[in-house]
Parts: sequence; C-alpha cells; structure tokens
Amino acid sequence: MNQTATKYAREIEDLFAKYPADRKQSAVMPLLHLIQRDFGFINKQAVRDVAEIVGITPTEVASVVGFYTLYHDTPQGKYRFQICNDLPCALRGADQFLAELCKSLGIQPGETTPDGMITVEAVMCLAACDKAPMFQVQGPQGITYHENQTVEGALQLTKELAGKEVKA
Amino acid sequence: MSNLLLLRHREIPNLNRLDIYVKNGGFKAFQKAVTGMQSQQVIDEVKTSGLRGRGGAGFPTGMKWSFLPNNLWPHYVVANADESEPGTFKDRELLEQNPFQFLEGLAIASFAVQAHTAYVYLRGEFWQQAAFLDACIADMQKAGYLGDKLFGSDYSLRIYTHLGAGAYVCGEETALLESIEGKMGQPRLRPPFPAIEGLYGKPTVINNVETLANLPYIIENGAVKFMQYGTAKSPGVKIFSLSGCVNKPGNYELPLGATFRELIFGLGGGIPAGRKIKAILPAGASSSIIFADEKALDTPMDYESVPALGAQLGSASVIVVDDSIRMDWLVNKTVHFFRHESCGKCTPCREGTYWMSHLTEKIVHAHRKEDVQLLNTVARQMQNKCLCALGEFSIMAVMTAIEKFPEDFTASKGR
Amino acid sequence: MANEITLTIDGKQVTVPAGTLIVDAARELGIDIPVFCYHPKMEPVGMCRMCLVEVGRPMVDRATNQPVMEADGTPKLQFGPKMETACTTPVSAGMVVIGMSDKVKAARNDVLEFLLTSHPLDCPICDKGGECPLQNLTMGFGKGSSRFEFEDKQHNQKHVPLGELIYLDRERCIQCGRCVRFQKDLADDPVIGFYQRGRNLVIDTSSEPGFDSIFSGNTTDICPVGALTTADFRFGARPWELKSAASLCNHCAVGCNLTYNTRREAKSDGNVVIKRAMPRQNEAVNEIWLCDKGRFGYHFAESHQRLEKPLIRKDGELVESTWDEALDMAAKELRAYGFRFVSLASGRLSNEDLYEIKQLTENLHGQACLYSPMAGGDLTPLIGYADPQGLSRVGKGTVIVVAASNLHQEAPIWWMQVRAAVKRGAKLIVVNARSTRLDKFASAVVRYRFGREAEAVLSLVPAAETSGESGKIIAAAENLVVLYGSDGIGLEGSRQVAAASAELLRASNLLGKPGSGLLPVWQRANDQGAWDTGFTPVDDLAKVVSEADGVLIAGADPAGDHPAYAAALKKAKFIIVQEQFLTKTAQLADIVFPVQSMLERDGSYTNGTRRVQRFMPVVEKLPGTRPDYLVTAQVRQKVVHSNLEFISAAQVFMVLAAHLPDYQNLTYATLMETVPQHPILGRSDVYYGGTSFENRQGLGVQLGTAANRRDKYSLPAAPSTQNQLPDLEHAEELMAVPVAELLDTGTITQKSVLLGKRTSTPFALMHPKTAQQKGLAAGDKAKISLAGVTYQAVVRVDESVPTLHVLLPRSLGIPLDKPVLVKVIQ
Ligand SMILES: Cc1cc2nc3c(=O)[nH]c(=O)nc-3n(C[C@H](O)[C@H](O)[C@H](O)COP(=O)(O)O)c2cc1C
Ligand code: SF4
Ligand code: FES
Repeated sequence: MNQTATKYAREIEDLFAKYPADRKQSAVMPLLHLIQRDFGFINKQAVRDVAEIVGITPTEVASVVGFYTLYHDTPQGKYRFQICNDLPCALRGADQFLAELCKSLGIQPGETTPDGMITVEAVMCLAACDKAPMFQVQGPQGITYHENQTVEGALQLTKELAGKEVKA
Repeated sequence: MSNLLLLRHREIPNLNRLDIYVKNGGFKAFQKAVTGMQSQQVIDEVKTSGLRGRGGAGFPTGMKWSFLPNNLWPHYVVANADESEPGTFKDRELLEQNPFQFLEGLAIASFAVQAHTAYVYLRGEFWQQAAFLDACIADMQKAGYLGDKLFGSDYSLRIYTHLGAGAYVCGEETALLESIEGKMGQPRLRPPFPAIEGLYGKPTVINNVETLANLPYIIENGAVKFMQYGTAKSPGVKIFSLSGCVNKPGNYELPLGATFRELIFGLGGGIPAGRKIKAILPAGASSSIIFADEKALDTPMDYESVPALGAQLGSASVIVVDDSIRMDWLVNKTVHFFRHESCGKCTPCREGTYWMSHLTEKIVHAHRKEDVQLLNTVARQMQNKCLCALGEFSIMAVMTAIEKFPEDFTASKGR
Repeated sequence: MANEITLTIDGKQVTVPAGTLIVDAARELGIDIPVFCYHPKMEPVGMCRMCLVEVGRPMVDRATNQPVMEADGTPKLQFGPKMETACTTPVSAGMVVIGMSDKVKAARNDVLEFLLTSHPLDCPICDKGGECPLQNLTMGFGKGSSRFEFEDKQHNQKHVPLGELIYLDRERCIQCGRCVRFQKDLADDPVIGFYQRGRNLVIDTSSEPGFDSIFSGNTTDICPVGALTTADFRFGARPWELKSAASLCNHCAVGCNLTYNTRREAKSDGNVVIKRAMPRQNEAVNEIWLCDKGRFGYHFAESHQRLEKPLIRKDGELVESTWDEALDMAAKELRAYGFRFVSLASGRLSNEDLYEIKQLTENLHGQACLYSPMAGGDLTPLIGYADPQGLSRVGKGTVIVVAASNLHQEAPIWWMQVRAAVKRGAKLIVVNARSTRLDKFASAVVRYRFGREAEAVLSLVPAAETSGESGKIIAAAENLVVLYGSDGIGLEGSRQVAAASAELLRASNLLGKPGSGLLPVWQRANDQGAWDTGFTPVDDLAKVVSEADGVLIAGADPAGDHPAYAAALKKAKFIIVQEQFLTKTAQLADIVFPVQSMLERDGSYTNGTRRVQRFMPVVEKLPGTRPDYLVTAQVRQKVVHSNLEFISAAQVFMVLAAHLPDYQNLTYATLMETVPQHPILGRSDVYYGGTSFENRQGLGVQLGTAANRRDKYSLPAAPSTQNQLPDLEHAEELMAVPVAELLDTGTITQKSVLLGKRTSTPFALMHPKTAQQKGLAAGDKAKISLAGVTYQAVVRVDESVPTLHVLLPRSLGIPLDKPVLVKVIQ
C-alpha cells in the first residue's frame, strides 16, 4: 500500500463509490484535490501513488496535473491569492487592485512573499464578476472566495493567515 | 410566493434549506413526474414548453433528451456547473441560494431519460459550493428524494458531484465528460454525440444548471404556463448576469425578450456618472461586440433578436463597456483569456490564440497598423477550422472590435 | 454490393466499402489529402485540421424524401457552410468531395502557417529533413515566408531524452498526438502523454525508466515531423544518403518485415553500416510495426568479437587455420567408419542452412535435432494457422485462445494484433497458470496449476462437461485460432499442449477454414522452417549428444545455456561448430567455422503462420566468413563427394523446394511478389526518403495446410493421462518453471549496446507469500540451487504467480529447460 492510499483510505473508498466499479480513473481529480489541499502541490511520488490507486500510469496522472490550473507541480506560498483580472473584473479595477496588493507585499504577480506564506497570481474569471475586485485563496482549507475587496482588507487577511500559522 | 421563477430565494429567505424548500412546494414536480407520468410524457412536456438550453447554445432541451437511444444502457445525466465564461455568474447564485430547485430539475431530467446516476460537474473553484451541494444531496437522500424506490415507485436515482480543477474548456460538454473520466479536458470528436456515446461511452444528457432549474416549474405547472413568459420562439425567463461598467452589476431574472435597455438602464442602474455606454458583449468574452446605439439598446434579448445584431445571446452574460474603455485593451483581455484556456488539441486554436495574443500585446503598446491587419487575418484564418467552439469564440470579439471600433486600434490616447 | 459506396473526389469516381473515411477513399484514387494527426492504423481524432475539404451531399427533399435534381438531371448538391475534416468523415453515397479548390488550398495554407508559427525552420539540420511531410507541404502550400516573427516563437527544449531509446525535440512537435495514441490504443502502454495545455502542450513521460514500452520505436516512424527520433538514428545520417535493404527480424516467430537503411561511413573504416531499422509493410505479418528488440537489436553484427577465421584444435588448443585445412579436417573426421552423427541446429538459421545440414545428416545416417523446447511443428503443416491476412484482420466471429504463453514477451507484435482483434470484436480466451498482459482483454481466463496446461486446454472443448463459459464461447466461434507458447513448460509440456490444442481445434470442427488453426509461438524466427526441413527437438539432448561420435552445431550455444549440455559435449568425440562468435560451445569444438550473420547474406525464413519470406544482404560480409549453408555444403562435398552444384542461397532454395512437397513451386522470385496492400501507406503523409513503409521486396508466400487442401492427415491422440505433480505443500523445494523474457541476454541481444540498458537481470518471480516463506522480499537476492549449482536471482513478487512456484527467465543465465524442483534460499 502506498502512503497516499493509506492516508486517504476512507476518502478513496467514498470516491470509488461515486463512479462505476470499472471506472476508477474518475477518482483521479478528486484525489489530486486532496493532495493539493494538504501539501500545496503534487509531487512525483504522489503522482505515482495516485496512478497505482486508480490503476493507470503515472504519465496519465501527470497529464491531468499538467492540464488543470488548480493543480501545481511545484511548491509555492502556503496560501495562493488568486486575483481575477479577467475582462469583467478588470472593468471594475482589478488590474489596479492586483498591482497595489503586489506592491504592498513587495512582490510581482506570480511571486511569493519571502516568508513563503503568500503567493499572488492573476487568474481567469472566477464567476464573481459583479463583486470585483475579488480573489480566491487556495490553501490548506481548500478554496475560499473573497469578494468586494479592498487592498487593505486583503492585506489584513494575509496577516491573519500568517498569524494563524504562527499559532499553529 | 414569489414572482420570480429561478431567483426565488431572493424573496423566500433560507430557500437553500431543504425544509424551507419543501415548504414552498419543493419536490412536488419530481414526485408528480415519478408517480404520475411516463418518462416520455416528461420529455414531451419539456418539448412543448420550448425550453432552450441556458448554457450557451440554446438547443431545445426536450429534443436533446429524445435523442437518447433506448437500447443502450445505462443513461447518464450530467449537470454543467462549470460556469467559466467571463461575465457569467448566474449558476453560482443558484447553487448557493437555490440549490434544491436545481437538484430537483436534475432529478426530473434524470427520470425523463431513465438515468439512475447523475453527476454535477462543478468548476474546481466552486470548492465550497460543491461541499454545500454534497450536503444538500445528503439531505435529499435522508428525506427520501434520492435513493431507491423513490416515492414508492421502482425508480431510483443517485446524484454525485465532481469537481473540475481550473479549465474553461471543460464547460464544453465533451471536454467535461473527459474530465469526469479522469483525463485532460480536451473536447472529443463529434459525432458520436454524447446522446449516443457520452459519459463512459454511454448515452448522456448534459444540461446547464439554469436549464435544469426551470424544470420543476414546467412539470408542476405545465408547459403552457411556462410559455406565457418570454417570446414565442424563446419562451421562459432567463437570468442575465450583468457586469462591467454599470452601477448595479448582478444577476437579474427577466423574461426572454426584455431589452438591453431594461436590463442595463433599468435594473442595472445605468452607466457610471459622466460616462456613456459604448459597447455590449452579450455573451461574455465569447461574444461578438455590439455597438451600443439606441437600436441595439432596444433590441429584445432572446435567441432570435440578438443574432440580428451580429451577436449571440449565449449564456446571457452581459458585459457593459463604456466610453472610457479602449477596444484594443479589451480584446487583449479576451484573447489572453482564450490563449490561456485553449486546450491545445487542435492546431488553429492552439496556435491562433497564441499568435493573436502576441499581436494584441504588441498592439496595445505600439498600435502598428500592420499588426492590426495581421490580427484580423489571423482571426479569419482560424474561423470555421477549430475542433470545438472555444477557438471559434476566441475570434468574435477581435473581428467585431476591429470592424466596429477601428479608431481604437490606431489612436494612442486613452486607457 | 450494398455495403459499397460510390462517390466522387476531385472529379473522379471511386467505390469503397461503407465506413471508409474520405481521406482513405482519396488514396485509392492516388489523391493524397494532407494529414498530420490522422494515421490509417488508428482511430481518427480530427485535431490537426490539415485535411479540410469541401463536401457536398445530394440534397433530399424533406417532404418527399426524394433527391432534388438540377435542371440537367444530375442530383443537386448541398455543401455545408464549413469545410469538413476528410480524416473523420465517412463516405456516403453520391458524395462529392473537393480537395483542390482555392478555398481548400487557402485553408491548408492557413493551418500550415499555424503549425509553422511554433515550428522551427531548421529543416537543413533536422533528421526528418528530406522525408518530412511538413516540409513538403510547406513547399507545396506554404506562404513562403513566415509572418510570425521569429523572436515571438516559443523556444522549447530540443533534445529531451524520453528514455535511452527515444529522443524528443519539443520545438518540432506539432502536437498531433499520434505517438500518444499509438502508445495508448495500440501498445497499451500509455507511458507518454501530453503535459500542460494550449500552446504549452508538450509530450512527456513519467514512467520509470522513461518511455517504458517495448513498442516505443514505432512512435518515431509515425511521428510526421522530426520530433521523435531514436537514439540510434538521431543525427546519424541524412535520409537521402541512405541505401536500403529488405530484411526480416530474426528475433521471434512473427517474422516482421523490415528495411535496414545503410550508409558507407568513414568512421567505420569506410564500411557500410546500418543506420536504422524501419518496418516494411506486410499486412499479413507485422503490418507496419516492430518491437524494440527487432528495431534496435541489429547491432550484434557490428560487434568486434566476430570470428573471421576458421579455428581448429591442435594439441588441445583452438588455433586459426585456413578454410581448406578446416574443411579437410572436418571431412576426414566425418568419414570415419561407424560414425554416429548428430546435428544440432536452431531456428536462428535460414531454411537453406537447415536444409543443407539436414542433407549432410542424412548422408551420414545421423540424427537432426532442433534446439528448441517446443513441440508441435509437425502439426502446423497439417492444421496450422494459414489465413493469408495473418492476424491483422481478425475480428468479430473469431475466437482466439492463447495458451501457456506470455505473448507480450514471446511475440510482441502478435500480442498487439490479438489485442487489436479483440477491439474489432474477436473473443479472447487466455489459458495460463498466472496472469499475463492479455487477461484484461479476455472474455474468459482459465487458470491451472503449472503442469496441467494440456488439461486446461482440453477443458475448453465445447462438449466437455467442464468447459463452461469458455466452452460456450468456442462453440459459437466462426473461426478459432489457438496460439500456444512456452510459458512455464518444457518440451514434454509443450508436446501435450500442442496435442491438446490440436484436439480443441478438431473438436470445434473448424479445421481447414483459412481463419482457423494452430499457431505455435516459437522462440526463434525459423523454428518452423527447421521442422519443415526435418529437424525435431529431442527429450534428452544431453544424452543424445554425449553418445554421439560427432556433433555439428549451428546457430546454437548449448554449452553456454546449460552446464549439462556442456558436460555432455565434453563427452562427444568430435565437434564442429558453425558460429559468428567464440561461444562456450565453440570453445569446446574441434573445428569452428566462422559464419555470416543474416545481415551479410540472403536466405529465407518460415514464420509461425508458415509464411515463407526472404531476407537480403544488408551490409558487406565480414571477410573470412561464409554463410552457414555454404559451409555445410562444402563439408558435405568433401564427405560424400556430392558435386557442389549450388553456390547461392537461391540455388539451395530451388533444391529445397524440389524436395519438400509443401515448398513446391516456391522460388526466390515468388517470394518477392507483392500485391497492393491496404491501408495505403508510405506516401506523402508517412513517407521516408530512400525507404518507406512500402514493401517492394516481397510479401512472402503463405503455405497452406493439409486441412486447407482437404488432404488426408491424422492428428496425435489427445493427451489423456493426468500428469503426476509433486505435493508442494509438504515439499522443501519450490517448483521452478521457465518463462520467456523479451529482452533476455541471448547471444544476439547481448551484443546490442542500446538494448543492453533495458536487458533484464536474472530474476526469480514468485508469490509474495512464497517469498515470505523463504525469508525473502522483493529486491532481495535469492540463491537457487539447480542440479548442484547455485545461481543468484533478484526476487520479484507478483500475487498472480501460484504459490510454491518460482518463475525463472530463460536465457538469463539460469539453465532451466523444463519445470523442476529447486531449493530457494536467502
Ligand atoms: C468552450 C465552451 C465552454 C462552455 N462552457 C459552459 C459552461 O460553463 N456552462 C454551461 O452550462 N455550458 C457551457 N458550454 C456549453 C455546453 O457545451 C453545452 O452546450 C451545455 O452545457 C448544454 O446545456 P444546455 O443545453 O442546458 O445549455 C460551453 C461550451 C463551450 C464550447
Ligand atoms: S478549439 Fe481546438 S484547441 Fe481550442 S479548445 Fe477547442 S479543441 Fe481545444
Ligand atoms: S484533422 Fe484530419 S488529419 Fe488531422
């Protein structure tokens, strides 16, 4: 039994119940979501583990990891602030929001704060166009939306998250 | 009671709780279908209602269901909750605020095609909505609205959620199916259509969340009542996602055939002070751009009238653009989106979006005439050659912006 | 015919079977619609969009359902608003396809230009330069200069090793997915795939080792640009500098047709060297595929350890001599009175070689022994599998039984074809003591205890009470093909399986139908030819050899394979060996004649389906060497004063044909005949400068069977007695059984440097429980004692191996020629 299989034994059982018995491959994406949430990225060993669990090749699992933007194959900040600056949000100032937030954090879009806590990225439309500026945070809690944001509010959130880490 | 069909939660507090939903007539329609109707009758009723898909293509829903062969089993129903078109955020509101109406609709669709398993495919970013939906499904199961022998009949149904992970193209129905099967989300060749060979190679219906949310009303009240809303060819109501340069962006439910003016200047509160409306993208980033003159504003928003303006209604994600916005900047945004989301399977889209995005980057900085010309030809070069509609969508804004706002690609002032 | 459809393409009419795609229908007319992602051997995907054509269909009046007519009485055509992909659109009656209009040309230009936006224009230094459809089409349709500025191009890694065998140039890749689809859909090894998406899409592998598939080389053939290359050929030569020679693969019973590309090279002292092996289309044999052993395994001939002079034993030492001296010495010894002569030859030799050795053996009243642990070559002329299409068209209606064979390792291309047959609707029954890579495609899997394989096969006989589900499948068969191999059995086991398989065929009443028959999975390329020329395997080879006064050994290294044979040979009085290398057996010889490899000479092989096929000289012969048939003929001339009437392989073959009834009427000329093959390959989409898939050198001749001809024949009785098997539960030992491993260290693959890295090491495969019992775990070194000698092997575990058994690979240093009890310890 590989480590991933052991760690997620219960979840895997539940997942397999969702799909036809001979279609275990369908469980690839949900499994990758669990790993992504818990480790912040999906390494080669995890790819091999998942492949073994669902009975496909590591190459096939890697294809899935590579295709979807919410899976990452390299580690970044613990919390990924993913700011939508797609057309509708940009029409409501998302570009400026992104620029100012990055400036306040002293990083460029795509970069991570020196403490390794926050990565700021620009992403495509998140279906919250009426509540721009907005972003989602991808981290150990999964994905959470933050709408109608100000730079100050976002900075406050980064501090809260960092504080939580210190306590933990 | 509510005057709204789909956004009823705005008038009925806590409608996203099962008890409240049931108290307000929830699952009567599903029960009626399962206990009082043949599955074919359900299909016929929906056919008669003239309901058309709200996911973008506007294909008649009842007709889509009738394509499933009755000698190939099992059948599947998949709800498309991928909602990734820039400017679309209606399904998300339904999933969060009125999930049971959608789930009831999904159950009715499943009964209509005698599917015993249905999946809800949610875009990966809807992590929390998926968790909430899982809870809703569990509640339904507990209350006997899902599971075996529903309402004492022989019909059984299970619904599961499946999360995507960040890929617009997975809204395209065959890419979506690939994604559920645990693969990269690249569209399949058609034919075979999903109605014949869909999920796991079995006959499959794919419907948008909003489409499905209409079904309880139609089954409970009959097609005729549904048809009193909207126009003859586009019956019913529609949720319009209004965004961009308006004072009150948000989702608005209106009968099909309401005008752009009603939406933008009525419910939407008009354009920010001191600015003027310039253009409308009625179907998100995939739209052709409408020159927002008086005639356009008075055009009814339905599946027939919008095409007359050279655009499509699509998923009715109305992005409003005012006169502070330059079109070169705008198409740079849309093209960037498509380049980012192109799945890479077919040549014209993979290479064309990449090339166009290089050109629009250059254009916003340098405004060279030859780049604009080249952009226009590259777009035309892609036209009608792509494997799926994503590539075809990507050129709409480009071609219409250059055609209708040529000055935005040459002048160097402004945004 | 109802399922034939007539349509018009570019003004010409063509009639093709229903279901044919426009692109293939066009090829029938000699019209090549350009394609990149489409490959006729794979399902269409329509992704490159290169093959767009205008398609018109006869208009039908909706009300009357009648065709609408033009004023001139011709059917009115309706053209769609969009062009359609010719590679995905099946033909329909009355269809009119326009593949050459301005609109179509413009569309092709457009798509080509898109492809070139990210493709480097480095044709002059590309391996594919000169044989590249992209390059050719660019000349044909391209805009001439790129409107896409070079600095905008995405620059990708150029020489990415996907494994040791295959390299990828990511800049050249046009994302057509042929390689990925081949690996998944045909090879069932999805070990390369797309990574990322959109313009970032690249081919990548996550397998360990990289690109871990025995079929990997095929991807370099079907890659339409120079993105995938073999480590072998990369930058090795320009296609137009190459000469080509037709040959056959000599590694297994499939008999794959291939072409060697050669070039004279300064760095090889001006010698002609092989630059690459490429498949040659033969739909009845390998279609257009090769396994990696066949593709990369030819380097043996280049080895510097080849013998170049005859050796004779003088004062106990082998010393070099002249040909005359060695031949004279051989003749002198063989002429001795009362001489008991044994010849031992393998299916590595050609029909001509074997025929000569057989003649000599007859002249000396000796015994001709086949060096093989497999029986049944006497049954194949009677009831063999003689479908003129080979396995490549098998589908619905046919039941395939694969018994006692790990086909993936024993005959990779047949494995691929069996799998494809299942996809086309054939039913597969796998009969094996352990699981193999065919199980997942099987309609039924029958397990047995090693030693009971014949019973297991007989249990399938439809009438048998025990036959159950698989019996029903067979009872419904329109055709039945039974393949049997050598998984876990020795000669006696093989004899039983062959007889049982014959009985299964007989009982199913399908004998004589061209799509039915027996197909032994021989270990060597020409084992069937050896049977046909009169060689048979013997049960106690050591005994036969040790009692002989003189032994002639050709194409075999018994002493190297098995200490018992080495010991036996030491007892033989006089040994002649015909060899390329100084093998262990050669070291024991009194005379060693240096012979040519098959690459240096011509000859013929008879494959497992009894198709007789020719191979031609590819490289120059090593000076000092002679072909086997000539060596034997020269010995014979001196022994029996036969006149040496034949000096060429063709002449030997003529004599052979005159003496072997089944080979009657065959000549080298008939073996070289070709007929048009389908699908049409090897033109503009998949062509190779100087060579091609195209087979101009002969498809060989399929021998019929006695059953086909309705001749009288009799089959051996079905094995009836149940084998006595030891009680392993209470034994201290384990039952060791021999199994096949494709990349073994046989004399030939060992010498191929490239494959060396993939070659297996000796292993002992057992059930994890069995390993545990012996205090072993996966990866440990186990000691295995066998006939007093102890061998080391790395433990591998597999739950599908029966407990208390240990599977040992053949030709990897552990001499196991039949199941025996062995001690296994830590
Ligand atoms: C690129 C692309 C993206 C799409 N995205 C969505 C989407 O996010 N949600 C959706 O419901 N339909 C989407 N569609 C349309 C679906 O393919 C499909 O037509 C729809 O789900 C059918 O449901 P309906 O008939 O109820 O509208 C998309 C289509 C394309 C080509
Ligand atoms: S148009 Fe082609 S590349 Fe683009 S998303 Fe569709 S299939 Fe993929
Ligand atoms: S799309 Fe037809 S050959 Fe690629």
